[in-house]
Amino acid sequence: MSLLLADTSFVEATWILVVKSIVIFAVIFAIVPMLTVLERKLLGRFQARYGPNRVGPFGLLQPLADALKLISKEHYHPRAAIPALYYIAPAIVVFTGVATLAIIPFGNVQDGFGLYGIDVPIGILYFFAFGSIAFYGLLLGGWASGSKYSFLGAMRAAAQLISYEISMGLALLGAIMMAGSLSLVSIVEAQNQVWYVIPQFVGFLIFLVAGFAETNRAPFDLPEADAELVAGYGTEYGGMRYGSYAMAEYIEMFVISAVAVTFFLGGWHGPGPGFLDPIWVIVKIFAFLFLFMWVRATLPRVRYDQLMSLGWKILLPLATLNVLVTAILVTVT
Amino acid sequence: MSDENGKREFPYLPDEGVVVVQRGPEPGGVGGAYRAFGETLRGLKTTFARIIEGPVTIQYPEEKTPVYPRFRGRHKLHRFEDTGLEKCVGCSLCAAACPADCIRVVAAENDPDDRVSAGERYAEVYEINLTRCIFCGYCEVACPFDAITMGHEYEIADYNREDLVFTKEMLLAEPVERTPLRREGE
Repeated sequence: MSLLLADTSFVEATWILVVKSIVIFAVIFAIVPMLTVLERKLLGRFQARYGPNRVGPFGLLQPLADALKLISKEHYHPRAAIPALYYIAPAIVVFTGVATLAIIPFGNVQDGFGLYGIDVPIGILYFFAFGSIAFYGLLLGGWASGSKYSFLGAMRAAAQLISYEISMGLALLGAIMMAGSLSLVSIVEAQNQVWYVIPQFVGFLIFLVAGFAETNRAPFDLPEADAELVAGYGTEYGGMRYGSYAMAEYIEMFVISAVAVTFFLGGWHGPGPGFLDPIWVIVKIFAFLFLFMWVRATLPRVRYDQLMSLGWKILLPLATLNVLVTAILVTVT
Repeated sequence: MSDENGKREFPYLPDEGVVVVQRGPEPGGVGGAYRAFGETLRGLKTTFARIIEGPVTIQYPEEKTPVYPRFRGRHKLHRFEDTGLEKCVGCSLCAAACPADCIRVVAAENDPDDRVSAGERYAEVYEINLTRCIFCGYCEVACPFDAITMGHEYEIADYNREDLVFTKEMLLAEPVERTPLRREGE
Protein backbone atom coordinates (compact mmCIF):
# COMPACT_ATOMS: atom_id res chain seq x y z
CA MET A 1 0.00 0.00 0.00
CA SER A 2 0.96 3.58 -0.18
CA LEU A 3 3.52 4.92 2.24
CA LEU A 4 1.03 7.28 3.81
CA LEU A 5 -1.03 4.53 5.36
CA ALA A 6 -0.28 2.91 8.65
CA ASP A 7 2.00 -0.07 8.79
CA THR A 8 -0.24 -1.28 11.58
CA SER A 9 -2.84 -3.83 10.79
CA PHE A 10 -5.30 -2.85 8.19
CA VAL A 11 -6.13 -0.53 5.39
CA GLU A 12 -9.56 0.86 4.82
CA ALA A 13 -11.44 1.26 1.60
CA THR A 14 -11.42 4.64 -0.04
CA TRP A 15 -15.13 5.17 0.36
CA ILE A 16 -14.79 4.69 4.10
CA LEU A 17 -12.13 7.38 4.18
CA VAL A 18 -14.39 9.72 2.25
CA VAL A 19 -17.25 9.10 4.65
CA LYS A 20 -14.90 9.62 7.57
CA SER A 21 -13.67 12.97 6.31
CA ILE A 22 -17.24 14.15 5.84
CA VAL A 23 -18.09 12.98 9.34
CA ILE A 24 -15.05 14.78 10.78
CA PHE A 25 -16.09 18.02 9.12
CA ALA A 26 -19.66 17.60 10.31
CA VAL A 27 -18.57 16.83 13.85
CA ILE A 28 -16.16 19.71 14.14
CA PHE A 29 -18.55 22.24 12.67
CA ALA A 30 -21.17 21.04 15.11
CA ILE A 31 -18.80 21.16 18.05
CA VAL A 32 -17.41 24.65 17.45
CA PRO A 33 -20.72 26.47 17.98
CA MET A 34 -21.28 24.36 21.09
CA LEU A 35 -17.87 25.40 22.33
CA THR A 36 -18.54 29.08 21.76
CA VAL A 37 -21.73 28.99 23.75
CA LEU A 38 -20.14 26.76 26.40
CA GLU A 39 -17.23 29.14 26.77
CA ARG A 40 -19.44 32.18 27.10
CA LYS A 41 -21.71 30.47 29.61
CA LEU A 42 -18.80 29.18 31.65
CA LEU A 43 -17.03 32.52 31.61
CA GLY A 44 -20.25 34.02 32.83
CA ARG A 45 -20.49 31.55 35.68
CA PHE A 46 -16.85 32.15 36.58
CA GLN A 47 -17.67 35.82 36.84
CA ALA A 48 -20.84 35.21 38.88
CA ARG A 49 -23.19 36.07 36.02
CA TYR A 50 -25.32 34.03 33.62
CA GLY A 51 -23.76 34.46 30.21
CA PRO A 52 -25.94 34.43 27.10
CA ASN A 53 -29.47 33.28 27.98
CA ARG A 54 -31.73 35.25 25.67
CA VAL A 55 -31.60 33.50 22.29
CA GLY A 56 -33.48 30.24 22.40
CA PRO A 57 -33.79 28.02 25.45
CA PHE A 58 -30.96 28.82 27.89
CA GLY A 59 -29.31 30.88 25.16
CA LEU A 60 -28.39 27.75 23.24
CA LEU A 61 -29.20 29.32 19.88
CA GLN A 62 -26.74 32.15 20.49
CA PRO A 63 -24.09 30.71 18.12
CA LEU A 64 -26.71 30.49 15.39
CA ALA A 65 -27.50 34.16 15.83
CA ASP A 66 -23.80 35.00 15.88
CA ALA A 67 -23.13 33.02 12.73
CA LEU A 68 -26.10 34.57 10.91
CA LYS A 69 -24.89 38.01 11.84
CA LEU A 70 -21.31 37.31 10.74
CA ILE A 71 -22.36 35.68 7.46
CA SER A 72 -24.70 38.50 6.54
CA LYS A 73 -21.99 41.12 6.96
CA GLU A 74 -20.46 42.99 4.06
CA HIS A 75 -17.47 41.46 2.29
CA TYR A 76 -14.81 44.03 2.65
CA HIS A 77 -11.08 44.32 2.52
CA PRO A 78 -8.97 47.32 3.44
CA ARG A 79 -7.37 49.26 0.58
CA ALA A 80 -3.86 48.41 1.78
CA ALA A 81 -4.60 44.69 1.88
CA ILE A 82 -3.44 42.12 -0.65
CA PRO A 83 -6.81 40.65 -1.57
CA ALA A 84 -5.92 37.06 -2.53
CA LEU A 85 -3.81 36.43 0.57
CA TYR A 86 -6.21 38.36 2.74
CA TYR A 87 -9.04 36.11 1.63
CA ILE A 88 -7.18 32.82 1.76
CA ALA A 89 -5.55 33.22 5.19
CA PRO A 90 -8.60 32.45 7.39
CA ALA A 91 -9.39 29.44 5.21
CA ILE A 92 -5.89 28.06 5.82
CA VAL A 93 -6.32 28.27 9.57
CA VAL A 94 -9.65 26.48 9.54
CA PHE A 95 -8.48 23.86 7.06
CA THR A 96 -5.38 22.94 9.03
CA GLY A 97 -7.32 22.73 12.25
CA VAL A 98 -9.86 20.35 10.78
CA ALA A 99 -7.17 18.33 9.01
CA THR A 100 -5.34 17.75 12.27
CA LEU A 101 -8.45 16.26 13.77
CA ALA A 102 -8.20 13.40 11.26
CA ILE A 103 -5.51 11.61 13.26
CA ILE A 104 -7.21 11.81 16.63
CA PRO A 105 -8.35 8.31 17.59
CA PHE A 106 -11.79 8.18 19.15
CA GLY A 107 -11.70 4.44 19.54
CA ASN A 108 -9.91 1.35 18.44
CA VAL A 109 -10.77 -0.68 15.39
CA GLN A 110 -14.27 -1.98 15.95
CA ASP A 111 -16.16 -4.13 13.47
CA GLY A 112 -13.46 -3.58 10.90
CA PHE A 113 -13.76 0.16 11.18
CA GLY A 114 -11.28 2.45 12.93
CA LEU A 115 -12.82 5.26 14.89
CA TYR A 116 -10.32 7.78 13.61
CA GLY A 117 -9.80 9.64 10.38
CA ILE A 118 -6.57 7.95 9.43
CA ASP A 119 -3.83 6.19 11.34
CA VAL A 120 -0.72 7.69 9.79
CA PRO A 121 2.59 6.04 10.71
CA ILE A 122 4.23 9.45 11.18
CA GLY A 123 1.44 10.17 13.66
CA ILE A 124 2.18 13.22 15.68
CA LEU A 125 4.50 14.69 13.04
CA TYR A 126 1.38 15.16 10.94
CA PHE A 127 -0.06 17.21 13.78
CA PHE A 128 3.04 19.39 13.96
CA ALA A 129 3.17 19.74 10.19
CA PHE A 130 -0.35 21.07 10.02
CA GLY A 131 0.27 23.18 13.09
CA SER A 132 3.12 24.82 11.23
CA ILE A 133 0.96 25.45 8.20
CA ALA A 134 -1.58 27.06 10.51
CA PHE A 135 1.03 29.71 11.36
CA TYR A 136 0.90 30.77 7.73
CA GLY A 137 -2.74 31.50 8.16
CA LEU A 138 -2.02 33.87 11.03
CA LEU A 139 1.10 35.34 9.45
CA LEU A 140 -0.42 35.84 6.01
CA GLY A 141 -3.59 37.23 7.50
CA GLY A 142 -1.69 39.73 9.61
CA TRP A 143 0.71 40.71 6.89
CA ALA A 144 -1.74 40.84 4.01
CA SER A 145 -4.09 43.08 5.97
CA GLY A 146 -1.68 45.96 5.47
CA SER A 147 -2.16 47.30 8.96
CA LYS A 148 0.34 47.95 11.72
CA TYR A 149 -1.68 46.25 14.43
CA SER A 150 -2.24 43.18 12.29
CA PHE A 151 1.43 43.03 11.41
CA LEU A 152 2.54 43.33 15.03
CA GLY A 153 0.03 40.70 16.03
CA ALA A 154 1.23 38.38 13.28
CA MET A 155 4.86 38.84 14.28
CA ARG A 156 4.00 38.08 17.86
CA ALA A 157 2.02 35.05 16.83
CA ALA A 158 4.94 33.75 14.77
CA ALA A 159 7.47 34.27 17.55
CA GLN A 160 5.19 32.75 20.16
CA LEU A 161 4.17 29.73 18.13
CA ILE A 162 7.73 28.93 17.10
CA SER A 163 9.07 29.14 20.64
CA TYR A 164 6.35 27.03 22.11
CA GLU A 165 6.16 24.42 19.40
CA ILE A 166 9.63 23.18 20.34
CA SER A 167 8.73 22.67 23.98
CA MET A 168 5.50 21.05 22.92
CA GLY A 169 7.26 18.59 20.64
CA LEU A 170 9.78 17.74 23.33
CA ALA A 171 7.02 17.27 25.88
CA LEU A 172 5.33 14.75 23.61
CA LEU A 173 8.64 13.04 22.86
CA GLY A 174 8.68 11.48 26.31
CA ALA A 175 5.35 9.77 25.72
CA ILE A 176 6.44 8.75 22.21
CA MET A 177 9.58 7.10 23.58
CA MET A 178 7.63 5.25 26.21
CA ALA A 179 5.16 3.96 23.63
CA GLY A 180 7.85 3.32 21.06
CA SER A 181 5.65 4.52 18.24
CA LEU A 182 4.60 7.72 16.52
CA SER A 183 1.17 6.44 15.61
CA LEU A 184 -1.48 7.84 17.88
CA VAL A 185 -3.43 4.61 17.90
CA SER A 186 -0.38 2.66 19.10
CA ILE A 187 0.32 5.31 21.72
CA VAL A 188 -3.16 4.93 23.14
CA GLU A 189 -2.86 1.16 23.02
CA ALA A 190 0.41 1.39 24.96
CA GLN A 191 -1.44 3.14 27.75
CA ASN A 192 -3.70 0.24 28.67
CA GLN A 193 -1.70 -0.34 31.86
CA VAL A 194 -1.14 3.18 33.09
CA TRP A 195 -2.00 6.53 31.58
CA TYR A 196 1.07 8.53 30.65
CA VAL A 197 -0.06 11.43 32.78
CA ILE A 198 1.53 9.63 35.75
CA PRO A 199 4.98 8.66 34.43
CA GLN A 200 5.11 11.71 32.16
CA PHE A 201 3.68 14.26 34.57
CA VAL A 202 6.31 16.89 33.80
CA GLY A 203 5.79 16.37 30.10
CA PHE A 204 2.04 16.72 30.65
CA LEU A 205 2.45 20.06 32.42
CA ILE A 206 4.80 21.37 29.76
CA PHE A 207 2.42 20.25 27.04
CA LEU A 208 -0.43 21.95 28.82
CA VAL A 209 1.35 25.29 29.13
CA ALA A 210 2.67 25.09 25.58
CA GLY A 211 -0.81 24.13 24.42
CA PHE A 212 -2.25 27.29 25.91
CA ALA A 213 0.38 29.26 24.03
CA GLU A 214 -0.17 27.30 20.80
CA THR A 215 -3.86 28.03 20.74
CA ASN A 216 -3.32 31.72 21.52
CA ARG A 217 -5.51 31.40 24.53
CA ALA A 218 -5.35 33.36 27.74
CA PRO A 219 -2.97 33.86 29.48
CA PHE A 220 -0.86 33.70 26.30
CA ASP A 221 -3.26 35.48 23.96
CA LEU A 222 -0.68 38.07 23.05
CA PRO A 223 -1.16 37.86 19.29
CA GLU A 224 -4.68 39.17 19.71
CA ALA A 225 -4.04 41.18 22.85
CA ASP A 226 -7.08 43.41 22.58
CA ALA A 227 -5.77 45.90 25.10
CA GLU A 228 -2.71 46.89 23.11
CA LEU A 229 -3.06 45.48 19.60
CA VAL A 230 -6.79 45.96 19.03
CA ALA A 231 -7.16 42.38 17.83
CA GLY A 232 -3.72 41.46 16.51
CA TYR A 233 -3.71 39.65 13.19
CA GLY A 234 -7.50 39.77 13.08
CA THR A 235 -7.80 43.54 13.32
CA GLU A 236 -8.78 44.14 9.71
CA TYR A 237 -11.03 41.12 9.40
CA GLY A 238 -14.77 41.28 9.60
CA GLY A 239 -17.76 39.10 8.95
CA MET A 240 -17.27 35.40 8.51
CA ARG A 241 -13.53 35.84 7.85
CA TYR A 242 -13.18 37.06 11.38
CA GLY A 243 -15.54 34.22 12.31
CA SER A 244 -13.17 31.75 10.66
CA TYR A 245 -10.33 32.91 12.84
CA ALA A 246 -12.49 32.60 15.91
CA MET A 247 -13.63 29.19 14.77
CA ALA A 248 -10.06 28.10 14.09
CA GLU A 249 -9.16 29.04 17.64
CA TYR A 250 -11.84 26.73 18.96
CA ILE A 251 -10.89 23.96 16.57
CA GLU A 252 -7.28 24.23 17.67
CA MET A 253 -8.35 24.18 21.28
CA PHE A 254 -10.31 21.02 20.58
CA VAL A 255 -7.37 19.45 18.74
CA ILE A 256 -4.88 20.30 21.47
CA SER A 257 -7.23 18.84 24.06
CA ALA A 258 -7.65 15.75 21.94
CA VAL A 259 -3.88 15.34 21.56
CA ALA A 260 -3.42 15.77 25.30
CA VAL A 261 -6.07 13.12 25.90
CA THR A 262 -4.43 10.79 23.40
CA PHE A 263 -0.93 11.18 24.77
CA PHE A 264 -1.48 11.57 28.47
CA LEU A 265 -4.98 10.58 29.49
CA GLY A 266 -5.16 7.20 27.88
CA GLY A 267 -7.34 8.11 24.91
CA TRP A 268 -10.29 5.78 24.73
CA HIS A 269 -9.31 3.74 27.79
CA GLY A 270 -11.96 3.78 30.43
CA PRO A 271 -14.33 1.45 32.21
CA GLY A 272 -17.26 0.04 30.34
CA PRO A 273 -17.80 -1.87 27.09
CA GLY A 274 -16.12 -1.03 23.82
CA PHE A 275 -18.88 1.13 22.42
CA LEU A 276 -18.25 3.63 25.24
CA ASP A 277 -14.76 4.37 23.91
CA PRO A 278 -15.64 7.49 21.87
CA ILE A 279 -17.72 8.76 24.79
CA TRP A 280 -14.69 8.48 27.06
CA VAL A 281 -12.53 10.38 24.60
CA ILE A 282 -15.11 13.13 24.30
CA VAL A 283 -15.61 13.35 28.06
CA LYS A 284 -11.87 13.69 28.58
CA ILE A 285 -11.62 16.27 25.80
CA PHE A 286 -14.36 18.33 27.36
CA ALA A 287 -12.61 18.16 30.72
CA PHE A 288 -9.63 19.74 29.01
CA LEU A 289 -11.76 22.34 27.31
CA PHE A 290 -13.22 23.19 30.68
CA LEU A 291 -9.69 23.69 31.95
CA PHE A 292 -8.93 25.97 29.01
CA MET A 293 -11.93 28.11 29.83
CA TRP A 294 -11.24 28.02 33.54
CA VAL A 295 -7.72 29.28 33.00
CA ARG A 296 -9.00 31.96 30.67
CA ALA A 297 -11.36 33.18 33.37
CA THR A 298 -8.58 33.19 35.94
CA LEU A 299 -5.24 34.35 34.65
CA PRO A 300 -4.32 37.78 33.34
CA ARG A 301 -2.34 38.07 30.12
CA VAL A 302 1.42 37.74 30.60
CA ARG A 303 3.83 40.35 29.31
CA TYR A 304 5.64 39.65 26.05
CA ASP A 305 9.08 39.26 27.65
CA GLN A 306 7.60 36.99 30.30
CA LEU A 307 6.09 34.88 27.56
CA MET A 308 9.41 34.55 25.77
CA SER A 309 11.44 33.86 28.88
CA LEU A 310 8.93 31.27 30.06
CA GLY A 311 9.15 29.51 26.73
CA TRP A 312 12.89 29.55 26.25
CA LYS A 313 14.28 29.66 29.78
CA ILE A 314 11.91 27.39 31.67
CA LEU A 315 9.86 25.18 29.39
CA LEU A 316 12.54 24.30 26.86
CA PRO A 317 15.24 23.21 29.39
CA LEU A 318 12.61 21.41 31.43
CA ALA A 319 11.29 19.60 28.39
CA THR A 320 14.81 18.66 27.31
CA LEU A 321 15.58 17.34 30.76
CA ASN A 322 12.34 15.39 30.73
CA VAL A 323 13.25 13.82 27.40
CA LEU A 324 16.73 12.90 28.63
CA VAL A 325 15.47 11.33 31.84
CA THR A 326 12.78 9.44 29.96
CA ALA A 327 15.31 8.23 27.42
CA ILE A 328 17.58 6.90 30.16
CA LEU A 329 14.70 5.23 31.97
CA VAL A 330 13.32 3.68 28.81
CA THR A 331 16.76 2.32 27.89
CA VAL A 332 17.46 0.97 31.35
CA THR A 333 14.15 -0.76 31.94
CA MET B 1 19.87 60.42 62.63
CA SER B 2 20.46 63.88 61.19
CA ASP B 3 23.78 65.61 61.09
CA GLU B 4 24.16 69.30 61.89
CA ASN B 5 22.94 70.33 58.41
CA GLY B 6 19.70 68.47 58.89
CA LYS B 7 20.60 65.95 56.20
CA ARG B 8 20.07 62.31 56.80
CA GLU B 9 23.01 60.01 56.94
CA PHE B 10 23.13 57.33 54.37
CA PRO B 11 21.83 54.19 56.02
CA TYR B 12 18.40 55.60 56.76
CA LEU B 13 17.13 53.92 59.84
CA PRO B 14 13.45 53.26 60.11
CA ASP B 15 12.44 55.99 62.50
CA GLU B 16 10.83 59.42 62.54
CA GLY B 17 8.69 59.20 59.46
CA VAL B 18 10.89 57.04 57.29
CA VAL B 19 8.50 54.55 55.78
CA VAL B 20 9.94 51.09 55.44
CA VAL B 21 8.90 49.59 52.14
CA GLN B 22 7.99 45.98 52.49
CA ARG B 23 9.04 44.18 49.36
CA GLY B 24 7.99 40.71 48.35
CA PRO B 25 10.50 38.15 47.23
CA GLU B 26 12.22 38.84 43.92
CA PRO B 27 10.56 37.22 40.93
CA GLY B 28 12.32 34.57 38.95
CA GLY B 29 14.24 31.46 39.84
CA VAL B 30 12.88 28.21 41.13
CA GLY B 31 11.19 29.90 44.08
CA GLY B 32 9.48 32.31 41.73
CA ALA B 33 8.21 29.51 39.55
CA TYR B 34 6.95 27.65 42.62
CA ARG B 35 5.17 30.75 43.90
CA ALA B 36 3.70 31.47 40.49
CA PHE B 37 2.34 27.93 40.35
CA GLY B 38 0.85 28.26 43.81
CA GLU B 39 -0.73 31.59 43.02
CA THR B 40 -2.15 30.18 39.80
CA LEU B 41 -3.84 27.41 41.74
CA ARG B 42 -5.16 29.96 44.20
CA GLY B 43 -6.59 31.97 41.33
CA LEU B 44 -8.21 28.90 39.85
CA LYS B 45 -9.77 28.17 43.23
CA THR B 46 -11.11 31.71 43.42
CA THR B 47 -12.78 31.56 40.04
CA PHE B 48 -14.19 28.10 40.68
CA ALA B 49 -15.72 29.34 43.92
CA ARG B 50 -17.73 31.78 41.80
CA ILE B 51 -19.35 28.86 39.95
CA ILE B 52 -20.36 27.27 43.22
CA GLU B 53 -21.58 30.59 44.54
CA GLY B 54 -23.87 31.05 41.55
CA PRO B 55 -24.67 34.16 39.55
CA VAL B 56 -25.54 37.35 41.34
CA THR B 57 -27.20 38.82 38.25
CA ILE B 58 -30.69 40.24 38.57
CA GLN B 59 -32.45 39.55 35.26
CA TYR B 60 -33.75 43.06 35.15
CA PRO B 61 -36.89 43.30 33.07
CA GLU B 62 -38.19 40.08 34.61
CA GLU B 63 -36.70 40.45 38.06
CA LYS B 64 -36.43 43.77 39.82
CA THR B 65 -34.31 45.02 42.63
CA PRO B 66 -36.67 45.60 45.54
CA VAL B 67 -36.82 49.21 46.64
CA TYR B 68 -36.78 50.52 50.18
CA PRO B 69 -40.06 51.77 51.69
CA ARG B 70 -38.78 55.33 51.63
CA PHE B 71 -37.66 55.11 48.00
CA ARG B 72 -38.65 58.28 46.15
CA GLY B 73 -40.17 57.18 42.87
CA ARG B 74 -42.94 58.65 40.78
CA HIS B 75 -45.44 60.82 42.69
CA LYS B 76 -48.91 59.76 43.69
CA LEU B 77 -51.91 61.95 44.52
CA HIS B 78 -54.26 60.60 47.15
CA ARG B 79 -57.96 60.56 47.88
CA PHE B 80 -59.71 60.09 51.19
CA GLU B 81 -60.50 56.46 51.43
CA ASP B 82 -63.97 56.91 52.98
CA THR B 83 -65.39 59.78 50.94
CA GLY B 84 -63.34 59.41 47.79
CA LEU B 85 -62.59 63.14 47.79
CA GLU B 86 -59.20 64.37 46.72
CA LYS B 87 -56.87 65.34 49.52
CA CYS B 88 -55.29 68.10 47.44
CA VAL B 89 -56.82 71.52 48.09
CA GLY B 90 -54.82 73.37 45.46
CA CYS B 91 -52.70 75.39 47.87
CA SER B 92 -49.64 75.25 45.58
CA LEU B 93 -47.24 74.78 48.47
CA CYS B 94 -45.71 71.84 46.60
CA ALA B 95 -45.15 74.03 43.57
CA ALA B 96 -43.54 76.63 45.80
CA ALA B 97 -41.30 74.06 47.45
CA CYS B 98 -40.27 72.44 44.19
CA PRO B 99 -36.63 73.33 43.42
CA ALA B 100 -36.95 72.12 39.86
CA ASP B 101 -40.13 74.10 39.31
CA CYS B 102 -41.85 71.17 37.69
CA ILE B 103 -45.25 71.29 39.43
CA ARG B 104 -48.04 73.38 38.04
CA VAL B 105 -51.21 73.85 40.12
CA VAL B 106 -54.26 75.83 39.08
CA ALA B 107 -56.77 75.99 41.89
CA ALA B 108 -60.54 76.42 41.57
CA GLU B 109 -63.43 76.88 44.03
CA ASN B 110 -65.28 73.74 45.04
CA ASP B 111 -68.92 73.53 44.06
CA PRO B 112 -70.72 72.61 47.34
CA ASP B 113 -73.07 70.26 45.48
CA ASP B 114 -70.35 68.40 43.65
CA ARG B 115 -67.22 68.54 45.75
CA VAL B 116 -63.93 67.44 44.28
CA SER B 117 -61.78 67.92 47.34
CA ALA B 118 -62.38 68.11 51.06
CA GLY B 119 -61.30 71.74 51.37
CA GLU B 120 -62.67 75.02 50.04
CA ARG B 121 -60.78 74.79 46.84
CA TYR B 122 -59.38 72.02 44.72
CA ALA B 123 -56.71 71.62 42.09
CA GLU B 124 -58.31 72.11 38.72
CA VAL B 125 -55.02 71.45 37.02
CA TYR B 126 -52.27 69.49 38.71
CA GLU B 127 -49.34 68.66 36.47
CA ILE B 128 -45.89 67.33 37.25
CA ASN B 129 -43.32 67.50 34.51
CA LEU B 130 -41.33 64.37 35.23
CA THR B 131 -38.62 65.29 32.75
CA ARG B 132 -37.66 68.09 35.10
CA CYS B 133 -38.48 66.48 38.44
CA ILE B 134 -35.40 65.63 40.48
CA PHE B 135 -37.28 63.35 42.89
CA CYS B 136 -36.14 65.30 45.93
CA GLY B 137 -39.41 64.76 47.79
CA TYR B 138 -39.81 68.39 48.91
CA CYS B 139 -43.36 68.45 47.55
CA GLU B 140 -44.23 65.58 49.83
CA VAL B 141 -42.74 67.42 52.79
CA ALA B 142 -44.43 70.70 51.91
CA CYS B 143 -47.92 69.26 51.51
CA PRO B 144 -50.05 70.05 54.59
CA PHE B 145 -52.64 67.35 53.77
CA ASP B 146 -50.40 64.45 52.71
CA ALA B 147 -52.10 64.71 49.35
CA ILE B 148 -48.93 64.04 47.38
CA THR B 149 -46.41 61.35 48.22
CA MET B 150 -43.53 59.79 46.40
CA GLY B 151 -44.37 56.32 45.15
CA HIS B 152 -42.10 53.40 44.33
CA GLU B 153 -42.43 53.51 40.58
CA TYR B 154 -39.19 54.20 38.76
CA GLU B 155 -39.80 52.85 35.27
CA ILE B 156 -41.05 56.11 33.80
CA ALA B 157 -39.04 56.30 30.61
CA ASP B 158 -40.99 57.25 27.51
CA TYR B 159 -40.49 58.20 23.89
CA ASN B 160 -41.93 61.71 24.02
CA ARG B 161 -41.33 64.46 26.47
CA GLU B 162 -44.98 65.46 26.25
CA ASP B 163 -45.95 62.06 27.60
CA LEU B 164 -43.91 62.68 30.70
CA VAL B 165 -46.01 65.61 31.83
CA PHE B 166 -48.24 63.71 34.23
CA THR B 167 -51.70 65.13 34.73
CA LYS B 168 -53.84 64.92 37.83
CA GLU B 169 -55.76 61.93 36.53
CA MET B 170 -52.57 60.01 35.89
CA LEU B 171 -51.20 60.84 39.29
CA LEU B 172 -54.44 59.93 41.02
CA ALA B 173 -54.84 56.67 39.19
CA GLU B 174 -53.77 53.61 41.11
CA PRO B 175 -50.42 52.81 39.48
CA VAL B 176 -49.71 49.33 38.28
CA GLU B 177 -47.47 48.26 41.12
CA ARG B 178 -44.48 46.87 39.31
CA THR B 179 -41.78 47.50 41.82
CA PRO B 180 -41.21 44.98 44.58
CA LEU B 181 -40.78 46.42 48.03
CA ARG B 182 -37.82 45.44 50.12
CA ARG B 183 -38.83 43.44 53.15
CA GLU B 184 -37.81 44.35 56.66
CA GLY B 185 -34.11 43.82 57.16
CA GLU B 186 -33.43 42.85 53.54
